[in-house]
Amino acid sequence: MSNNRVSRRQFLSYTIMGVGGFMASSLVLPMVRFAVDPALQVEGDSDFIVTDQLVSELTEEPIRVSFSYEQQDAWYTSEVTNDAWVYKAGDEIIALSPVCKHLGCTVQWEGSADFPNQFFCPCHNGRYEKNGNNIPGTPPLGPLDQFVVEVRDGYLALGEVKPNFIVS
Amino acid sequence: MLNKLYDWVDERLDITPIWRDIADHEVPEHVNPAHHFSAFVYCFGGLTFFVTVIQILSGMFLTMYYVPDVENAWNSVYYLQNEVAFGEIVRGMHHWGASLVIVMIFLHTLRVFFTGSYKKPRELNWMVGVMLFGVILGLGFTGYLLPWDMKALFATKVGIEIAASVPVIGEYIKILLAGDDTILGAQTLTRFFAIHVFFLPAALLGLMGAHFIMIRKQGISGPL
Repeated sequence: MSNNRVSRRQFLSYTIMGVGGFMASSLVLPMVRFAVDPALQVEGDSDFIVTDQLVSELTEEPIRVSFSYEQQDAWYTSEVTNDAWVYKAGDEIIALSPVCKHLGCTVQWEGSADFPNQFFCPCHNGRYEKNGNNIPGTPPLGPLDQFVVEVRDGYLALGEVKPNFIVS
Repeated sequence: MLNKLYDWVDERLDITPIWRDIADHEVPEHVNPAHHFSAFVYCFGGLTFFVTVIQILSGMFLTMYYVPDVENAWNSVYYLQNEVAFGEIVRGMHHWGASLVIVMIFLHTLRVFFTGSYKKPRELNWMVGVMLFGVILGLGFTGYLLPWDMKALFATKVGIEIAASVPVIGEYIKILLAGDDTILGAQTLTRFFAIHVFFLPAALLGLMGAHFIMIRKQGISGPL
């Protein structure tokens, strides 16, 4: 016999806790996995969406380009319309996401008469330069996100939204 | 670690007497299956409670995906069963548990009846037990509609017609259950959902509390 014997009471309490814990977890674990499923769903690749915007009509001035796609939200399928702010910088096409990096409201090019040549967010007066860079002293903590773009048969196609890659 | 945490709380709130009161109670020899195996019949009440706990837990999780709406109810059930991990298991627990809880409560009632445990001084507890039986059947009836498939719809039509056959007030019971005097539809589904997840479970918890306080106060009835 070693010095630290397991008493009858300890043995029973360990056994009961072990068996009880096993039974309880076999009940609860499926339900927990069921509940956390949204966090573990794999995201599908996003395809390019071709818009109605002719690339030849784009200028240096950002314009709002709307695009629609079918959104599959669990058991609910719907047609969703989103916007992008698109302009040409030389030969390059820049498409910025209108989602404010402060708290997710929608920004607008020259949305405030006081701030020409800037994106303006009406919720908390967040402001961005034309390339999406956030203006220091306003609420946003980062530049506007940016779409990957392609030209398909002369029309603008928008791909994945990525962190702004023109602001350095 | 846990002991230290327990001691810290106990030192301040003196919780030991509280759980001792709940945990320490006499289990007479004639109800202990370790002494007489046939005493397992005394387990049916506890098993009913156990299955009820599973029903409450699995039901809580199911409402994370379920929508009580005629357009989406069936689709949300289909989604949670086929697209969500362990959806089949969680819905299965609730589905089979619903039948099991009725089997268990029935066996428990038979045990109490044949051991004569409903006699004085335990008449009140028998009455509460009968109410619990009614609440459980109500939960079974209202839950049956929620998947909103053909079986659910027609079972509920039949059930509501049976309720409508009650003399004098039958028509009112029917309207109150269905939410409309002719249609079994959108309002029926939301009503049944509310009754199934809020009203009846609240009644169930209250009645179970009364049931348990009474059995603790009066003790388990003597041997045959």
